[in-house]
Amino acid sequence: MPTTFPRLMLDHAATRPQAAALREKVYGIWQTTTWNALAQLVRQMACGLHAAGLQRGDHVVVVGENRPRLYAAMLAVQSLGGVPVPLYQDAAATEYAFPIQNAEVGFAIVEDQEQVDKLIELRGDGTLLRQIWYDNPRGLRSYDEPGLDSIDTLVVAGQTFEAVHPTWFDAEVALCQPQDVAAMFFTSGTTGQPKGVVHTHHSLLDRALAGQRFDKLTASEEVLAYMPLAWIGQNIFSYAQWLACGYVVNCPESAATVMIDLKEIGPTYYFAPPRVFESLLTSVTIRMEDASAPKRWLFHRFMDLARRVGPALLDGNSGHTPVGRLDRLAYGLGNLCIYGPLRNSLGLNRVRVAYTAGEAIGPDLFTFYRSIGINLKQLYGSTETAVFVCLQPDHEARSDTVGVPIDGVEIRVTEGGEILVKSPGLLKEYYKNPAATAEVLDAAGWYHTGDAGFVDASGHLKIIDRAKDVGRIQGGANDGAMFAPKYVENKLKFFPFIKEAVAFGDRREKVCAFINIDFEAMGNWAERRNLPYAGYTDLAGKSEVLERVRECVEKVNADLAVDSLLAGSQITRFLVLHKELDADDGELTRTRKVRRGAIADKYRVLVDALYGGKSEQFIETAVKFEDGRSGSVSATLKIVDAKTFDSVKVAA
Amino acid sequence: MSERQIGEVILEVKNISLRFGGVKALNDISFDVREHELRAIIGPNGAGKSSMLNCINGVYTPQEGSITFRGQTFSHMSSRQVAQMGVARTFQNLALFKGMSVLDNIMSGRNLRMKTNLFQQAVRGFGWGAAEREESEHREVVERIIDFLEIQAWRKTPVGRLPYGLQKRVDLGRALAMEPAVLLLDEPMAGMNVEEKLDMSRFILDVNDEYGTTVVLIEHDMSVVMDISDRVVVLDYGKKIGDGTPAEVRANPEVISAYLGTSQ
Repeated sequence: MPTTFPRLMLDHAATRPQAAALREKVYGIWQTTTWNALAQLVRQMACGLHAAGLQRGDHVVVVGENRPRLYAAMLAVQSLGGVPVPLYQDAAATEYAFPIQNAEVGFAIVEDQEQVDKLIELRGDGTLLRQIWYDNPRGLRSYDEPGLDSIDTLVVAGQTFEAVHPTWFDAEVALCQPQDVAAMFFTSGTTGQPKGVVHTHHSLLDRALAGQRFDKLTASEEVLAYMPLAWIGQNIFSYAQWLACGYVVNCPESAATVMIDLKEIGPTYYFAPPRVFESLLTSVTIRMEDASAPKRWLFHRFMDLARRVGPALLDGNSGHTPVGRLDRLAYGLGNLCIYGPLRNSLGLNRVRVAYTAGEAIGPDLFTFYRSIGINLKQLYGSTETAVFVCLQPDHEARSDTVGVPIDGVEIRVTEGGEILVKSPGLLKEYYKNPAATAEVLDAAGWYHTGDAGFVDASGHLKIIDRAKDVGRIQGGANDGAMFAPKYVENKLKFFPFIKEAVAFGDRREKVCAFINIDFEAMGNWAERRNLPYAGYTDLAGKSEVLERVRECVEKVNADLAVDSLLAGSQITRFLVLHKELDADDGELTRTRKVRRGAIADKYRVLVDALYGGKSEQFIETAVKFEDGRSGSVSATLKIVDAKTFDSVKVAA
Repeated sequence: MSERQIGEVILEVKNISLRFGGVKALNDISFDVREHELRAIIGPNGAGKSSMLNCINGVYTPQEGSITFRGQTFSHMSSRQVAQMGVARTFQNLALFKGMSVLDNIMSGRNLRMKTNLFQQAVRGFGWGAAEREESEHREVVERIIDFLEIQAWRKTPVGRLPYGLQKRVDLGRALAMEPAVLLLDEPMAGMNVEEKLDMSRFILDVNDEYGTTVVLIEHDMSVVMDISDRVVVLDYGKKIGDGTPAEVRANPEVISAYLGTSQ
């Protein structure tokens, strides 16, 4: 049934006017917006936007945390044929310049003063930005900037317009076709300028519905929306699927209260990138380590049991050895006194389906959640494919694959190992960039993902790395061996002590790596060991810390040695960086992926020191603080050699 | 919500002298504070800043001089009376209830405004009764403050477990809960790091701007004071040595010598 977002909203408002659409915690109490109230608000905002001069096809920037009125704003823009462009709320003003110029944006709807300040900075600067509306008036009362009003003003203007043209809104919604452009997402872009990914109502909704059918989602799901709306993952889960299924989306009070809100809401459908699951686990681990000895003993005993039989129980025995009666009984007991309370304190007690995507998830991390009875699964997709390409079915969740192609998806792997996708959810184009569009979308309608991988024996897709990043070792003992940097980095990052890693090795004779320790986990470890430290840089330079990291690196090496294909990717030398890699310094993307090229350029002296055989190297780096000021960090970094292992194949 | 516009004199301090035995803590101090103004009192250690605040607050009774608040002149008044007149304060060394939650601490600032008696509060329950109604009204005020100070994540956390910078924020929250006309802040930024100071400055400016509260602030971080205050009083050894806008005070030779010393 081809439809559009505004029509879906009106359907919900007509069939279940009093059902909850959105909830937001205001002044400590959850406040509900019903579908009827939402439709009313959208109607008024759309009329207001029209009165302000928004034309069909115009782009409107939406920036902020997940707030009901920003959701309504996106719907309002779509209702009159405009295109909402959500942007990352934590980006610096300069990062907005390109999207705003590129999409000729004249209107913006934002959350608060912070966003208003950034947009005002861009005004006149070659942009056409003429009107900004804000949701939260705090701190903005004394602004006398022209073309700056609150959403309340927009709503009032809409009411005035609607009183004169009562049928205008419905006529506009009827004009809107499924093949029209529904939204544009700017990809973070690991290289070069970001690109605007154009999606139609059909491409987004088709995938949203395919996902709904796959997991049998209903209107009674509860979802907590706390990732940026500019990330297509959040947008699909809390916007496209929200309208497709009609479930409730809950907006946390603030970024700091997410964990508390999670517990209060108890979502049934949950989506987060691996790092969120990781930080949840880290907080549990830290609290357990501070618990009393009997509690710790009990926890570890039951967690051992859970790891042994938990996943099998959740998978319903498929592909596992059957679980004995005694173990079942013990697991039941554990469920009562450990797993249940643990799920509850994580806020994941009611989760029926949880997904992780965006990056590889560590096997230990993945197993932990499944073993305590949380149905965590993986999926594969990207901004260009409207997320849903491959999903793991309920009883086939594995940590090293990303699932099977779902409804409507065709997958092909090229000679070179690149994955190609054909699906109704593919992007229409990159905005004003036919060259880039032609690069990824071929004449036969295949989308070139740029990911290297293969389909395994059970029909699951397995991803190794970005196709363009897969390199070759040149010279030395492993000449010609395959080098998959992301694969190596991910293996390192699976250790709780390691937050980020950057591996080098393409066209070099050996693999070396930069490492960022996890300040929270390593700091806690150091404290329990009475190891004093002044801050990140100091802790990162401690010989005890380097020793811990070396152990991790060597474990990874031993692991890599087993895989004949990747044995040459073992890390011979590494160093622990003196500062945390940061998106503000251009070292990570906004979605926290490492920019390997930029890092190699910025820290050229360190790379040279790694390959030049030096044992230490002085470095001074400029850093940007969040408020825009800059400073510098300097340190003398020790370079550590790690043991490598003979490949199993070489030994044989 | 009122547009911030500096108005008439709301608080006037005239010829105050305060002695502890032979020690002259304050010597003939006079200055005024206008409505909606952000007024700072600065000075080196031991200059008499906190003593000055304690006089206004009713903790100390000066031997000489008078204080006029909203046209009413008095030379002696208890802290409670001062609080009832609409003067709230925060403390340099935090006087919070460490074992109580953030919410309860801020709620304690509503104490003066509660009308139900102990008995009514004891028999409350089941969603009826004056005490119940009253509590939800007060809770709303408290929640607005929690939202304003961005401490939602710690609503239920015992104050003793919070970092120092956040405790200072809770202290400010409790003072705000009184809905004061004049807010006295005793070194709100002492012991804070740069980021916490920036946050606190922003909150003080916001309080002054959003609620129109008159703020009297003691601080020794000069850069902060000069950035946010409208007018500054400078004390040194219990004497007033300067009074005026930040720019005037900065140019005052006596102030410079008090802060930097004079060449002999």
